[in-house]
Amino acid sequence: MSWIEHLSPTQQFVLFSTLKVLCVIVVLLPTIAYSVMAERRVSAAIQDRVGPNRVGPFGLLQPLADGLKFILKEDFTPAHVRKVFFWIAPAVAMVPAFMTMAVIPFGSTLGAQKMVIADLNVGILYTFGIVSLGVYGIILAGYASNSKYPFLGAIRSTAQMISYEIAMGLSVIPVFLCVGDLNLGQVISYQSNHGWLVLYAPVSFVIFLVAAFAETNRLPFDLPECETELVAGYHTEYSSMKFALFFLGEYANMIAASAMMVTLFFGGWTLPFFGLDQPATGILGGFLHIGIFMGKMLMFMLLFIWVRWMLPRFRYDQLMDLGWRRFVPLGLVNIVATAIFLWMRA
Amino acid sequence: MSTVEEMEFKDTAKAALDAAYAGSDDQDLDGEKMVLNMGPSHPATHGVLRLLLELDGEMITKATPDVGFLHRGDEKIAENMTYTQFIPYTDRLDYLAPLANNVAYVLAVEKLMGIQNDLPPRCQYIRVICCELARISAHLLGLGAFAMDVGAMTVFLYTFTEREKIYNLIESLTGARFTTTYTRIGGLSRDLPEGWTGQLRTFLGEVVANFDESEKLLTRNRIFVDRTRDVGVISRELAIDSGLSGPNLRGSGIDHDLRKAHPYLVYGELDFDVPLGSVGDSYDRYLVRMEEMRQSVRILHQCLDKLPGGPVSIPDGKTVLPPKEKVLTRMEELIHQFMIVTQGVDVPPGEIYFGAENPKGELGFFIHSKGGGTPHRLKIRAPSFVNLSVLPHLLPGHMVSDTVAILGSLDFVMGECDR
Repeated sequence: MSWIEHLSPTQQFVLFSTLKVLCVIVVLLPTIAYSVMAERRVSAAIQDRVGPNRVGPFGLLQPLADGLKFILKEDFTPAHVRKVFFWIAPAVAMVPAFMTMAVIPFGSTLGAQKMVIADLNVGILYTFGIVSLGVYGIILAGYASNSKYPFLGAIRSTAQMISYEIAMGLSVIPVFLCVGDLNLGQVISYQSNHGWLVLYAPVSFVIFLVAAFAETNRLPFDLPECETELVAGYHTEYSSMKFALFFLGEYANMIAASAMMVTLFFGGWTLPFFGLDQPATGILGGFLHIGIFMGKMLMFMLLFIWVRWMLPRFRYDQLMDLGWRRFVPLGLVNIVATAIFLWMRA
Repeated sequence: MSTVEEMEFKDTAKAALDAAYAGSDDQDLDGEKMVLNMGPSHPATHGVLRLLLELDGEMITKATPDVGFLHRGDEKIAENMTYTQFIPYTDRLDYLAPLANNVAYVLAVEKLMGIQNDLPPRCQYIRVICCELARISAHLLGLGAFAMDVGAMTVFLYTFTEREKIYNLIESLTGARFTTTYTRIGGLSRDLPEGWTGQLRTFLGEVVANFDESEKLLTRNRIFVDRTRDVGVISRELAIDSGLSGPNLRGSGIDHDLRKAHPYLVYGELDFDVPLGSVGDSYDRYLVRMEEMRQSVRILHQCLDKLPGGPVSIPDGKTVLPPKEKVLTRMEELIHQFMIVTQGVDVPPGEIYFGAENPKGELGFFIHSKGGGTPHRLKIRAPSFVNLSVLPHLLPGHMVSDTVAILGSLDFVMGECDR
């Protein structure tokens, strides 16, 4: 491995960053596929059904079958669509979901490398910037489809995502007031020293959680695609892999939101015992931290799935009401209260 | 080759601008309205209802229901066959409660023949059991589909599990799960199978637990209440003017249940309550259906307790097919069998209307007979058809999302509506 040491720091940075990006994508894609499978099995368990169990042992190869099905389906482009936008919309919807993962520290260290793709000082600002790009995929899909149901879905979605981004943004400010840094790595090291931030900012967590449901278009906030009234919402006209990209985007968004919640409120890759809250020294410890992070993330994924199958959905105006008249004021009060608390303590 | 033209949206901004520059204040500055075609193939229209919605944003300004996609000409078909042959067609009216349709139809024919009071008590009790079982089955599906329309998919599957048990019971009772054709003019096609009452009692215990479970998921669920309370309010006047019946009428607080108002079969001897709503909104209709199922369970328990022995059909060979062994050994029964099969039951001339309290409302049959085995005219008063007529008054002023809640709460079946 001596050739690595002969590389200049810049070359090393490029090499390791590329490796990390590849690894994250290689892990993320199957995670998405299996979270779809988990969704189907968990919903089946909730509803007294069996769920997919035919493909492979315990149905574990179901995601492969699903993927194959999506690829082999006819990729139909209706004649009345605006083609350019119709084609780029699925990509625009999915890419931001993946890009969010760049700043999330998914482990402590592996060898000399920090387990985060981009250790940005403005990590959270980057996340919010990227997440708000996701809405373009949906509005483009709705506009390009040139059809009424997708159009209504896209309009609802735009309003919903923009409103809840504000609530979400307000909810994390107290977190950074406590930590005093926007770098997500610093947020985690603060939590390993002082305890998980969910204990300091529970209100923030609740707002963030609800806003995350809204941002990912999951039930009870799945109005953009709410199937009983808008057929399939913004992706009504899509088929084959183009539809699959929206689908993957939704689950990637769920994973990103779960990862954010773990990082911001539940100590990221740390656990407060067995010395697991300090950066790992060996390779084994490094992998253990990644495992802890994944485990916490999966708990949130399970929560997403569970809620979806237990609750009815809101109406459009009730959703906006909840966002603007409850969560935005609550978020503001939360910021002021936290600021006053910190000022009193200082 | 067909050419495809690009769809053009009207430029609403320009229209608004034009209106503003026209200089008069009473111009519509909101721009154009959009016409949304909901159905006949749409997840929320439960079959083939088509709604033409005129939208201002998400607000409905005008709603026009368009029915008839499932029209099969049942009423005309009835004129070309004997009374008994039409019984299978009644399965396909409200196909969620075929047993109740069977009972309602034969009761109408029996009323025309004047034999409705001659029915053996066992027959009457079994018919009531059929009606109430059908009511539970239909309401379970209605509630499940309602919950699914507002997003609670799991409730739908819970209620479906219970319906499966009802289908098992119906299968052992009639031989078919769905198209039962159980009743005959003057009786029933067969008696209860052995051990069936025990199975029914077991089921009644289980289904009550299922009601509780579904209620836990919905009745106090804040989102469900928000979606349904004060949505689709049918005032008492509107309910009466539109001729609503069934749970939709009682949801508006009008105490009219044919089982109480004009007791038929043995409903007069049974003890049950008729739940009423107070406001007439979707939530009230949900509560009324929930309670009606519990009352049906109560009726079924009483029926099982009181169930008498004896024959299940009128012992009159001219009305009901004689037993097979007699047909094969005796002359008179053979002639009766031949006459009923070839010419149908002889019904006197006259006109009769009979309405029964079906799960969806008052299912009425008007029969005009000129004598003989075939009706001259048979008119079906389908509750779903009448109940849907309230939509143009109900939908305007609501949002698109409310449409599915209202449709779900009205609980209609297009097979019956279009006939």
